[in-house]
Amino acid sequence: MEHVRPVPDGVPAKGAPSGGDAARLAGLLGKAALGDQAAFAEFYDATSARAYGLALRVVRNPAHAEEVTQEAYLDAWRSSARYDAQRGSAAGWLLTIVHRKAVDRVRSVEASTARDETWNREAAPIDHDQTAEAAHASLDATRVRNAVATLTDVQRQAVELTYFGGYTHTEVAALLDVPLGTAKTRIRDGLIRLRDLMGVAS
Amino acid sequence: MSDLHKLTGAYAVDALDDLERARFEQHLAECDDCRFEVAELRETAALLADSVSIEPPAALRDSVLAGIAQVRPLPPVVTPMRTPATTLRRRLPLLVAAAAVLIVGLGAVVWQPWSEETPTRLTAAEQVLDAPDAQQVFLDLGDTGQATVTRSKAEDRAVIQTEDMTSAPEGKDYELWLLSPDGEFTSAGLMPDGGDQTLVLDGSAADAAAVGITVEPDGGSIQPSSEPIALFDLTQAT
Repeated sequence: MEHVRPVPDGVPAKGAPSGGDAARLAGLLGKAALGDQAAFAEFYDATSARAYGLALRVVRNPAHAEEVTQEAYLDAWRSSARYDAQRGSAAGWLLTIVHRKAVDRVRSVEASTARDETWNREAAPIDHDQTAEAAHASLDATRVRNAVATLTDVQRQAVELTYFGGYTHTEVAALLDVPLGTAKTRIRDGLIRLRDLMGVAS
Repeated sequence: MSDLHKLTGAYAVDALDDLERARFEQHLAECDDCRFEVAELRETAALLADSVSIEPPAALRDSVLAGIAQVRPLPPVVTPMRTPATTLRRRLPLLVAAAAVLIVGLGAVVWQPWSEETPTRLTAAEQVLDAPDAQQVFLDLGDTGQATVTRSKAEDRAVIQTEDMTSAPEGKDYELWLLSPDGEFTSAGLMPDGGDQTLVLDGSAADAAAVGITVEPDGGSIQPSSEPIALFDLTQAT
């Protein structure tokens, strides 16, 4: 929290945003459920950088990331009527779909290949400055990074290995050489801390 | 139970394997606190995506929009068609049985326990089940349920009948496979959720060596992506 990256004038924050924007996204999904493709296109435009960025971060291969992202949007379109605004934000709902598909993808790809190399890269801390260059500048990204920076090292490692690395908690325990219960706890404690810092309430 | 509560975080970031997930979802159906916490932690995890967002190639937008133009959105869930969703979820699999895949051939079992319970059986299924050359293999999948595969070479079809079969984990489907004598899997369609069903498998079954069930990502796969949770060995049936 020492410094907050300034947002350039005139660039709207695209991250998980104000209540107004969340309501707009939920509304667009509602229209999509009625078959409104233009509304879905708008929903895509507002969320695709996050969806694709997440898919790419997990699967790493751009072609795979595109496939995963496309599948996730098709799923979102198909099941748009089943999105329930009472149970969470529209962006969160979409990103949950994206994440699940991305994780399924890496696990099925790696079912037949070794993943040592992945671990070496994964073990290196994420270079936030470098990520920021490529990533979409937004106020929320800064807020998220600041929140992540307050986690203990072991919490951050556990959260990043699972969410971005796509590893199971059992694999995380083995990778970090800690008991399964410890891995489980670190993931949960890390997320709870982030939840509290970012003021997430369902 | 306290141990299960601690899995909310791992579940929210998809860090459970299929079996753990199925077991945890069974717990979720009964634990309001965990459901609430999972919702919050999922929302939190999704915010992490903000820190890695990258504009996708423009072509992706075109592909997505071309894709949705060809698909009708599903209707909302109104009234459950079979059992209430909570009941279904409560019966979600302890897919522990999957750990030990049973390969059992029971030979000719002259046994049709479902004949009274499923009066609306499809004609196509009846033709197989009543065929003079019908062969049956029964498998007990433990907490996942029970299933019987009946194959008629003359009809060139196979039928699966399930009893107390638990639903596939959330976001997954059960997929049926015909296994050729040289070990090739051919998809025989998805098995819809539902405890007791009678289903004719897609495809030619006369030469099949076995019928398998796998847990696949929603919508199924072209080839099995995981070990079968059940394999019905037809070569041992007589």
